[in-house]
Amino acid sequence: MSAALEARGLRKRFGATEALRGVDLDVADGELVGLLGPNGAGKSTLVKIACGLVAATSGTTKVCGVSAGSAEARSSIGYLAELFRFPGWMTADEVLRLHQRLSSSEGGAAERAELLELVGLADASGRRVEAMSKGMQQRLGIAQSLVGTPRLLLLDEPTSALDPAGRRTVRELLEELRSRGISVLLNSHLLSEIELVCDHVTILSGGEVVAAGAPSELARARGVEVETASGKRVFEDALREDAPRLVRELVSAGEDVFSVRVLTSTLEEVYLEAVGDEPS
Amino acid sequence: MSGIVTIAAYGLREALRRRVFAVVVLLTVAFLVLFWLGNRYVFAHVGNVVPPAGIDARSFAGAFVFGLAMFGTLFLGVVLAVFLTLGVVQADAERGLLQPLVVRPIGRSTLLVARFLGAAVVCLPYVLVVYFVALLITGLTGDWWPDSIVLPGVELAVGVLIVAALSLLGSVFLGSTANGIAIFMVFGAGLVAGLLGNIGHALNAAKLIHVSRIVAWAIPFEALYEDSLRLITQNTSGLTGFLLRLGPFGGAESGGWGLRVWSLAYLVGVLLLAAVVFARRDL
Repeated sequence: MSAALEARGLRKRFGATEALRGVDLDVADGELVGLLGPNGAGKSTLVKIACGLVAATSGTTKVCGVSAGSAEARSSIGYLAELFRFPGWMTADEVLRLHQRLSSSEGGAAERAELLELVGLADASGRRVEAMSKGMQQRLGIAQSLVGTPRLLLLDEPTSALDPAGRRTVRELLEELRSRGISVLLNSHLLSEIELVCDHVTILSGGEVVAAGAPSELARARGVEVETASGKRVFEDALREDAPRLVRELVSAGEDVFSVRVLTSTLEEVYLEAVGDEPS
Repeated sequence: MSGIVTIAAYGLREALRRRVFAVVVLLTVAFLVLFWLGNRYVFAHVGNVVPPAGIDARSFAGAFVFGLAMFGTLFLGVVLAVFLTLGVVQADAERGLLQPLVVRPIGRSTLLVARFLGAAVVCLPYVLVVYFVALLITGLTGDWWPDSIVLPGVELAVGVLIVAALSLLGSVFLGSTANGIAIFMVFGAGLVAGLLGNIGHALNAAKLIHVSRIVAWAIPFEALYEDSLRLITQNTSGLTGFLLRLGPFGGAESGGWGLRVWSLAYLVGVLLLAAVVFARRDL
């Protein structure tokens, strides 16, 4: 089976500005990939190319094996835009019904009820969009993106308007989606969120991939911290594998060891190192 | 097909919620009531008028006021068409309403065609109803009936569809306000072209008439309006016929089947251009 998303040598130019400069990106089936980067790094452009809203200047993008933007590709995706709006006069149920019709989903009322339940809006199906808070609208947006059970979900800043509880709901939802085998490309500024749920992280800066890998791979070793009677000592060059040897040496030297901690850089540190001083 | 129906219904419901229809119905009722009153006064006094030799006062009055009603019908139809289509692409994209729709499998061309058909389903019957009500008011009040009954109304309706298509094309490039202004200015340009044609005929200035004809065909809703004016008095001859061809708000000019074919080709061409440009637009 082909990858959910496969981008090769993707370039996009808007007039004099080069938004993407040869980006490669893969989202495997059932994989949750996080896209990080400062404002203007090209994240939203990449997501828009994947869903056919923006045409790439060069390079190829395939969604489930077919060209991004084609009708077949669009039938495989769910998309939540960074800036989106639903007509204020529509109820939550009507919004989902409209998208069911447009995506030829046969899920009917059961699918709508399930999706609203999934995003915590089960009690708001009859409520008009104009009467919803920003956070509720964002959750409705996520529900809309899931209409028709897409194979690939493209989420552009899905938690920007959510409070911590709402963010947690989305995090749990993403984990649920992964368990169902749905691939997700998540564009977010929230590093902690990405670190918690993503299998793979790609960091963009200035339209280029500056770092990519699993969060655990990206986290660089920063030494081993040992707490003894004389206080905490950091062995900066030591790796995880060196910890038993260090403890043995300290004990044989007559020291009492109270705790040992392998230090790694956080995703935030990796991110800041990768994007340099570029403002976010 | 179901995608077209869904999007067309979506567009119409939005127009309903924005009270476009309420405003248009109110304006239309006001217009028709005023038109009826005007007809009553005109035809109550037409018997007292002693016209110059060779002019049939009743025919002149009937054709003139009905020509005025046709302009009113065209104008109201254009208002409706423009407000149903002016924000379909750029404005909806700026508000974030468009993106969730176009990423669905229905695609951009379908969306555009559906929004046009949605507008057509409203504008076409609207123009025909207003046209025939105005015709009945003139006929029953003044006992004057146009030489051609159906075709002028159909031409006005097609003219309004052309404006709707132009507004849809404009919406690919411009936001609501700019597009609305642009389309009403184009509409105004047609009006000016018609008036220039009037002056050209009165002064027998061939160049002015020629320029007026070129403009009218370049924006064929104007040429259709002029042709529909001609059709209502096509069998009226003599001095009455000559004066009526000067017409209110643009002269009566014959377009014939050449104009009708050109107008339909123009309509399809504008819609195709809109679809091609929209397909290439980054959102």
